[in-house]
Order: sequence, then structure tokens, then C-alpha cells
Amino acid sequence: MPDDAVAAVVSATAKTERTRIVATLIRITGDWDLAEDCVQDAFTRALRVWRERGIPVNPAAWVTTVAKNSAIDRLRRSATEASALHEIVRSAHHAERTPVHDIEDDQLRLIFTCCHPALTMEARVALTLRTVAGLSTAEIARSFLVPEPTMAKRLVRARAKIRNAGIPYRVPPPSQLAERTAGVFAVVYLLFNEGYSASGGDSIVRQPLALEAIRLARLLVTLIARTPSMAPFEAEAAALLALMLLHHARSDARIDDTGEAVTLENQDRLRWDTAAIDEGLRLLRDVERQHEASSSRPGIYQLQARIAAVHMTAPDAASTDFARIAQLYGDLNAIAPSPVIELNRAVAVAMTQGVEAGLALVEAIDRSGELDGYYLVAASRADLLRRLGRTEEAAPHYARALELAPTEIEKRFFSKQLTDPHTEKGSPWLPLSQP
Amino acid sequence: MDYVFFICTDPEAPEPAPKEDNAEEWVAEVTASGARTTGHRLRGPEDATTVRLRDGQLLVSDGPFAETKEWIAGFELVTCADLDEAVRIASRHPMAKFGRIEIRPFWPTEY
Repeated sequence: MPDDAVAAVVSATAKTERTRIVATLIRITGDWDLAEDCVQDAFTRALRVWRERGIPVNPAAWVTTVAKNSAIDRLRRSATEASALHEIVRSAHHAERTPVHDIEDDQLRLIFTCCHPALTMEARVALTLRTVAGLSTAEIARSFLVPEPTMAKRLVRARAKIRNAGIPYRVPPPSQLAERTAGVFAVVYLLFNEGYSASGGDSIVRQPLALEAIRLARLLVTLIARTPSMAPFEAEAAALLALMLLHHARSDARIDDTGEAVTLENQDRLRWDTAAIDEGLRLLRDVERQHEASSSRPGIYQLQARIAAVHMTAPDAASTDFARIAQLYGDLNAIAPSPVIELNRAVAVAMTQGVEAGLALVEAIDRSGELDGYYLVAASRADLLRRLGRTEEAAPHYARALELAPTEIEKRFFSKQLTDPHTEKGSPWLPLSQP
Repeated sequence: MDYVFFICTDPEAPEPAPKEDNAEEWVAEVTASGARTTGHRLRGPEDATTVRLRDGQLLVSDGPFAETKEWIAGFELVTCADLDEAVRIASRHPMAKFGRIEIRPFWPTEY
């Protein structure tokens, strides 16, 4: 067997099956570290053994069995864990006889446990990336701009909390399912936004995180479709995926050749990823169809995907249907009230009912103090004043945005607006005209 | 697993509505289910006493050790399968609405 053919099968198996195998091992052993170590070892062994003896008929089953056996061996070697061993042998035996759909449930169990609200948001995100997405601790640390030992400690602490607080390894009971599923969606979307808008550092795009979030959303859509009790959340999962695809389609167009940010308004729409847009729109159409059939209220991701779809289907920025966007933000604010959504609505109002009308709303939000320290309030206020030609009044708000902006590329933009107020470009960080 | 629920006051929570302030019903129900071993309402921090032994010297003082607006108004000892079940039981205590409940697992001890 040629080495590279074996390596290809091992890496393909790891890519599609690793999460499921880890999830199963965690259920059987109840030990997250042991499970991950044994799965890692099993893949390493696969590389050697398959070169000697050929690739097994079912590579994933081979890896699962080897990982399971090595977990049992390790527990057997530590004699004091006799009762743990008894338990693992019993449940390993049980697992072999468990029907396939229950084994697939392991991945849902894993995701729900990683996203348990008794963990801090930071821990949920780190644990999801480590255990579900399979990123290394070093990769996660780099993505969140923290030293690797800090991230390692965060993961250790999260696993300890799961064990010590008795966080169960299962899909939540029906009474908690709606909130907990919303919590899982929130973790995935936060991950996407971290990748998309990068809350720190010198880049506004941290693509790998956005791609991981999309991959996780795909996994969620698949798992939810297979699980009857999760049926009520199928549409929102698809809507979340659609929303992220529609945003992600703009990635290439958001940064110009000189590394500067480009507003949605000024982006070259030919550089948008049509495959991602098509998939996002198709998913959204399916969601809308289900939504009409069930006469349920649209969810928050469905409404946001609708807004993204209005942007992405406009032939150019000027013909964007901002009246529709303002209305959708109003709908969103009605089911999930937030000053950030109100800010977005204010900007859409500016684009459709006149800049003064929008400015009045933005000023009201600014005065309320609810978004104190949020640079997009200052940026929006400055940009609307600039559009009215009131550049002197805009200056202090650009200065405030400059001070509060989280990334270097954004700081550069605001400082340029301050020194050259007559530049043609709109603000890339107006919520609606974000890159 | 064994958990202690610390039933705490919360200045930001709504005032208890007499009709919904039914801790006795919760106690009866959770005790009957076998999950609750014991528990009690406690007198307020104005009746608290703090004891310290420093360099062999006994220091007794009035009041709780920390000045806080939220204080422990009671405790419940509950045994259940896992944290999700503990959350479910705690969420039905009236003080989940009119205060807050802190769930703390026992430190594991070998007997």
C-alpha cells in the first residue's frame, strides 16, 4: 500500500469521523483527556498498521475499536480504578449493541456539553473548538490572541468544571432543550463573528474561525435532521448556516489589494463568492417554506439571514431595498430587543427615510448610554454627519471611534477620516455597510 | 451527586408576590421525590456572627464576613443525577424568581 494513499485515507477519516469517535469515547470513558489521547493514538497507529496490512474495510470502525481498547488498557493499568473499569467494560459492551442513530447522538451530546451554560462563554468556545472542531490548543490560542499556556489552562479548567459540577454528557431534557439549543447556536455564531470581525489585532478577518463556524453549523444541521426531538430547531439551524454563508461570501471583497477594508457599498460584487450566496439563498428559501407551512414565528437567525439576503441579491449598493431592511430590523428588535439591532435599524432608516431621520435615532441611542464604549455608535454618528456635509461635527465622533476601535485596520480608517474628511469612501463599519 | 443550593437574596430581583412565594410547596414536593435531604431558612446577616482564630486568639465579631447586598437566606441539600436535574429543581424554587440560587457540588470525600 503506497504511503501517501494510506496517509490520505487516515486524514480523510480523521476529518469526517474524528468528532464522532471522540464523542463516543467520551461517553464510554467519561474522561475527556483520555478519550482525546486514545483517539489521537489510534489515528497514529492507523498510519503504521495500515501501511503494513492494508486499509481496513471500515476505517472509522477500526479507529474506534483501537481507541476504545487502548482506553480500556490504560484504565486497566491503573489498578485503583477497578470500578471505573467495570463501568467502561459494561458500557463498551453496551455501545457495540447500540443502534447507529444513538451513536450519532454522541456528537450532539458532545456539542451540548461543550456549550453548557454553566461554563463561561470563553470556555464554551475553547472547548467546542478543541473537542468538536478538533483544533489544537496552539491553534485556538493563536485565534484568540492569548498565550498557549493560558488557553491550555482554560481547557483544563473547563473539563474540571464538567466533571466536578456534574454537567451531564447528554442532550438536555425537553424542558431545557429550547434555551440550550439557542445557546449552542450562540456559541457557533460568536465563533463566526470572531472570525469575521476579529475583536482584536491587526486583521479584520480571521478566516479559519469563520470556516470552522460554518463547518460546525453544517454538522449541527445534519445532526438535528437525524434527531426527531430536535425537529423544532431544524429551521433555525439552517437559517444560521445560511446567514453565515451569506456573510462569508463577501470575504474576498472586504479587503482591497493594499490591505485596506472596503465597505459593502464600495465592494466589487464580482468578487463575491456566488457558490456561497447560492447555497445560502437556497437554504433560506427552504427555511421560509417550512416557516410558511408551520406558521411559526421567524427565528432571530432567519430574520438576520433575510437581511443578509436583501444585501446580497441587490445588483448594486444603490438599489438595495433599505426599507425592507429597516422593517426586518424592526421585526428582529421585537423578538430580541437589543440596542445594537436598534442601531442597525437607525442606519437603514437613514438610507431610506433620509439621513436626518436616521441620525436622530443614532443620537438617541448614543444619549441613552446603553452602548457606551461601542465604537460603532460613534462611527455611525460620524458617518451620517459626514453624509450631511457636517464634517466639523463629525470629527469628535470619528475621534471617539478611533479611540474605541478594536483593530488596527479600523483605527487606520478612522484616523484617515479625521485627517481627510472629504474622502469619498463611506465608513466600512457602519453596521449596515460593514465590509 | 450531592449539591447544596444556597438560596440568596438579589436586590435586583422583583419583590416576592405573596401568592407565588410558596417555598413550603417546593420543600414538600422535592422532599417527597426523595431528592431533598434537609435544608432551612436562615436568619438575616444582622443576626450573623463571624468567628476567627488568629495567632491563637479568638476574634468574634458581629455581622457577616463580607459587606454585601446579597446574602444567603437559606440552604437546601439536594441529591440528584447531574447538574441539569439540579438546575431543573432549583428553577422551580420561588427564590429562583425573587432572588437567586447558587448550586454548589459537595467536595468529594472517601468514606
